[in-house]
Amino acid sequence: MSPQFVQYLLTGLTVGAIYALVALGFSIIFNASHVINFAQGEFVMIGGMATVSLVAVGLPYLLAIPLAIATAALVGLALEKFAVEPARDASVVTLIIITIGASMFLRGLAMLVWDKNLHALKPITGDKPIAIAGATILPQSVWVLGVTLAIVVALSWFFGRTLLGKAMLATSHNRLAAQLVGINVRMVLFLSFGLSAALGAIAGILIAPITTTSYDVGVMLGLKGFAAAILGGLGSGIGAVIGGLVLGIVETMSAGYLSSAYKDAIAFVIILVVLFFLPSGLFGKRGGERV
Amino acid sequence: MMLEVEGLASRYGRIPALSGINLRVGEGELVSLVGANGAGKTTLLRALSGVQPVSAGRVHFEGEDITAAAAEKRVRLGIVQVPEGRQVFAPLSVEDNLRLGAYLRSKAEAAESMERIYAMFPVLKQKRREPAGALSGGQQQMLAMGRGLMALPRLLLLDEPSMGLAPKLVEEIFACVRALKSAKTTIFLVDQNARAALAVADRAYVLETGRIVLAGSGAELLENEQVKEAYLGL
Ligand SMILES: Nc1ncnc2c1ncn2[C@@H]1O[C@H](COP(=O)(O)OP(=O)(O)OP(=O)(O)O)[C@@H](O)[C@H]1O
Ligand SMILES: [Mg+2]
Repeated sequence: MSPQFVQYLLTGLTVGAIYALVALGFSIIFNASHVINFAQGEFVMIGGMATVSLVAVGLPYLLAIPLAIATAALVGLALEKFAVEPARDASVVTLIIITIGASMFLRGLAMLVWDKNLHALKPITGDKPIAIAGATILPQSVWVLGVTLAIVVALSWFFGRTLLGKAMLATSHNRLAAQLVGINVRMVLFLSFGLSAALGAIAGILIAPITTTSYDVGVMLGLKGFAAAILGGLGSGIGAVIGGLVLGIVETMSAGYLSSAYKDAIAFVIILVVLFFLPSGLFGKRGGERV
Repeated sequence: MMLEVEGLASRYGRIPALSGINLRVGEGELVSLVGANGAGKTTLLRALSGVQPVSAGRVHFEGEDITAAAAEKRVRLGIVQVPEGRQVFAPLSVEDNLRLGAYLRSKAEAAESMERIYAMFPVLKQKRREPAGALSGGQQQMLAMGRGLMALPRLLLLDEPSMGLAPKLVEEIFACVRALKSAKTTIFLVDQNARAALAVADRAYVLETGRIVLAGSGAELLENEQVKEAYLGL
């Protein structure tokens, strides 16, 4: 492996991990409601921007990051309570349109509350590159990969081992039966929005030191996360992770070896190709466990 | 009376599916509901479970008005349904399906009930790690029954438990219904096998296009000319 290849691979894995976190958020809400939540990207933005503000008023990361995640989770819960829940008997298409509206609203609000500038966050632990196999990796990338791995482990424990997690899975597989065993399916949807928002916020905070953040950072990251979720198969947890990593690596490789002009187009191409040729994605419904 | 339904009506959009339903189920009774395809039997059971909106009428359970109660509240009170078409959580393991049946109960209580279910349906124990979707139709029906029993029902609503099963399995399912009955479980049973459903029943109702048209003891209805002609194929 040439050092250049290793370099692209490491960079690709880093952005891919971020896409994976966003994709997991899409899948969790999709499972609870069959709704594609187009406000997912705004949670990413809120995570990053809220951290910027909290750091600016002097809070250390140890406080600022949990608070920013909590803020995004609250916004997610409020979105479910005040926009999705009142329309719960409407069609899925209507609900999707509601999330698109919510996403525009949140972006507008962010522009007012904050500003239109790009903001950089300091890396969590310094910015001295670490050498690996002739390439280098930023400490922040190590954070991205480590936190993503920890989240994946935590989620598989939650959905595979806890009663609440299994109840959420059960609701996604058979909503009627879930109600008949006494699962409060509205609560499941509510929790899903909170959980997805928290995951999005974590992604937004982790990536901000590498790419900067701004009020509209959620548009592109939301789209990439969506492409990753579609590629892996909407609703599949493992699919979201693999889809995110594959998208990140393909993007970085094509930018490195071909031209960076097409980098963002890859996500669109993937969405189209998957929808045409592989509608259930790599790990979609055809058996296996969905998150 | 354990369950009292008065003037219940329900609709799909503007199309009425049930109207003026009056019925009662007493503690320890086995009451059957027979009716043709599309008569509204499933709609009625779903309305009783709180997963189908009602447009008129009242439902009382043990004296409490539950007409507007949420589905999970009814499960907590002991109204438990084994739905038509089994509706198992296909990708989840047999054991997880059973555990979820006791979603509202503690881990210890669930473990105890699970042993009872495994004793009742040993094949479920054998296949406890397999995904529910990999079971045969008969096994899935046992699982659906087992999952319902995990909730420790006070009133068990059974919707077509023998649907699509081979005759030998139908007999097994009805044996299970009789066993539950002798264990004093209160049961409201819907089955397309009208003869068997009437034969096990203390009392029964006949539903036609959303209305109850006949009521009586199981034995009476088995002898009723109208019932014989319409549902027993005589
Ligand atoms: N989701 C639905 N939307 C619209 N109409 C429905 C729906 N479900 C049932 N119906 C209609 O309501 C009526 C009652 O249906 P229901 O399923 O309750 O009948 P059933 O007695 O259980 O029939 P079966 O013996 O086939 O199970 C039927 O005319 C059916 O077509
Ligand atoms: Mg039916």
